[in-house]
Amino acid sequence: MSTDKQKTYLFDNPRNVRRVVHGLVGACVILAGLDLVLHRHIYHPWESMFAFYAVYGFVACVLLVLLAKEMRKVLIRKEDYYDATPPSGDDLPPPGESG
Amino acid sequence: MIESLPAFPLLLGAVLVAVTRGPLRALVMLAAPLLGAWGVYQLEPGTVVEFQMMGLQLTPVRVDALSILFGYLFHLAAFIGVVYSLHIRDKMQDVAALAYAGSAVGAVFAGDLLTLFVFWELLAVTSVFLVLARRSKHSLATGMRYLVMQVGSGVLLLAGAIWYASAGNGLSFDFIGLDAPGGWLIFIAFGIKAGFPLLHGWLTDAYPEATPTGTVFLSAFTTKVAIYALARGFPGTDLLVLIGTLMTCFPIFFAVIENDLRRVLAYSMINQLGFMVVGIGIGTQLALNGAVAHAFTDVIFKGLLMMSMGAVLHVTGEMRGSELGGLYKKMPKTAILCMVGAASISAFPLFSGFVSKSMVVAAAIQEGHTVVWLALLFASAGVFHHAGIKIPFFAFFAHDSRYVDTAHEPPVNMLVAMTLGALLCVGIGSFPGLLYGLLPYDTGYWPFDVTHVLAQLQLLAFSALAFTWLKLAGIYPPELKSVHLDVDWLYRRVVPQAIRSALARLAPIDRALRGQGKALVASSLSVLARHHGSYGVLARSWPTGSMVIWVAVMLGLSLVLYYA
Repeated sequence: MSTDKQKTYLFDNPRNVRRVVHGLVGACVILAGLDLVLHRHIYHPWESMFAFYAVYGFVACVLLVLLAKEMRKVLIRKEDYYDATPPSGDDLPPPGESG
Repeated sequence: MIESLPAFPLLLGAVLVAVTRGPLRALVMLAAPLLGAWGVYQLEPGTVVEFQMMGLQLTPVRVDALSILFGYLFHLAAFIGVVYSLHIRDKMQDVAALAYAGSAVGAVFAGDLLTLFVFWELLAVTSVFLVLARRSKHSLATGMRYLVMQVGSGVLLLAGAIWYASAGNGLSFDFIGLDAPGGWLIFIAFGIKAGFPLLHGWLTDAYPEATPTGTVFLSAFTTKVAIYALARGFPGTDLLVLIGTLMTCFPIFFAVIENDLRRVLAYSMINQLGFMVVGIGIGTQLALNGAVAHAFTDVIFKGLLMMSMGAVLHVTGEMRGSELGGLYKKMPKTAILCMVGAASISAFPLFSGFVSKSMVVAAAIQEGHTVVWLALLFASAGVFHHAGIKIPFFAFFAHDSRYVDTAHEPPVNMLVAMTLGALLCVGIGSFPGLLYGLLPYDTGYWPFDVTHVLAQLQLLAFSALAFTWLKLAGIYPPELKSVHLDVDWLYRRVVPQAIRSALARLAPIDRALRGQGKALVASSLSVLARHHGSYGVLARSWPTGSMVIWVAVMLGLSLVLYYA
């Protein structure tokens, strides 16, 4: 497998990455556009709004990530958090030394 | 024998596999789930095996549409799992895996609460070995925490069952409801294994710590037995709608920031369980069908995702998203199979998640649960975001990791098992009639209409667009070498630390009390020494003469008294 080093793979070429992104944007435009053409059977009034599911999906994901980023600030700990001995900040002696 | 205990082939297989090796072991491993599935096929709905023991009416086997569905599912999952782990040479895992699968089968055919309890606890003690089999310090500690929670759930179930039966309801396992005596205990016992919020810590703690093959088994059985039990005992319980909605939403936030990709899948599992719990809570025929159908498809697509991540772990020894990437270059087959699983969990039309999840969502909106419906849509978009895109993206694409040079496709048996899973995902997704025929109710539901397909495609495409935009704009949180606190923090850090500091605070009081005690002992010793010591009054020796004098005095005294 000595040729492996030289071999370029699908996404080593930035053009292919761009193609994927453009393809996705194209798919989104078409799917949103289909809302104007196709009739959906509706249970809830909000569903009749143009591209309701599209907007909802986009906003939901952005909110999800932004909130998760805020959450991370509070919850993140070092990788060895549970392995490390508890912080020695509390100046109390370990139980064995009492008495 | 099969009729009296559908779990028998798997349990017998567990015994046989302990004493066989080489090709014979592989044969036993493969034959056990196949024989078991054939046994389920032979079962007639309505069959009941009953006997009396110590005055109790026990029903070890009760066959109906619901138990048959789960019976097939568990044998299928066991078979795929066995194929996936054929390359392993570890008796402990072989025995544990088959016994674990057998316990799950036993539990869904149990017709009374006592039999259910026995298999419920067997699930716990067999599955823990799949965690312990990693044989590391971590897995030992995790395994013990897992065992405590699982066995605890069984104890609650037993307590609830005794209370329920002693109130004159009998032991038979049918609709229980929260109002029944002991109902809450049984509900919480089921809830622990179903991963209810705040009771879910064991799941995200233990599943990522198990062996690459062990997690595949773990993800199939325990939680789905709990879903079965909830569907049997608590359908239509309003509280479940709320609990399930929470379960669909809160884990996706954790999944976005979590670094261990199998832990991401564990969070995503709680999210999927949430859909099932909502379905059970709504309790209409469509919702219940959706819940159990989703349990069926989830076992297969979550198994497929766990298998693909297990393959990465097997090949690279690494599971942290921050350290992985670019593996599509060397593991293209695994990457494609993983993406089939990702498409299925994200409920793309023609993949299995779509045909099951849409039933629950449709039931929510039809029953007028608007907020629940919006939450489920949010969770559907979120699951695509964290499981559908994040898992394949960070493992196989993103940046080139240091493993790209050395990585290779996993063993053939792993690829075969993943291919089986992927075929089932596409097969059920494209021909849902196969699955719908097994469901307990005939609702005439059909998922492929313009409304559902277009709405789902829009939701997914724009979620992907959001991911792409956030990633390109640099807003998406990077994978970091880290852990994130969850509810297990309480019992892994807060409580032990509180006990430690409480002990430390009590130490001075303890010391003072012990000092006083010692002083008391010392002073009584000195009193004793004064009286009984070498020179004490009571230790003096008396001359014999004084004894004779006293005897003479007493005799004289008695003489005087006699004459007086």
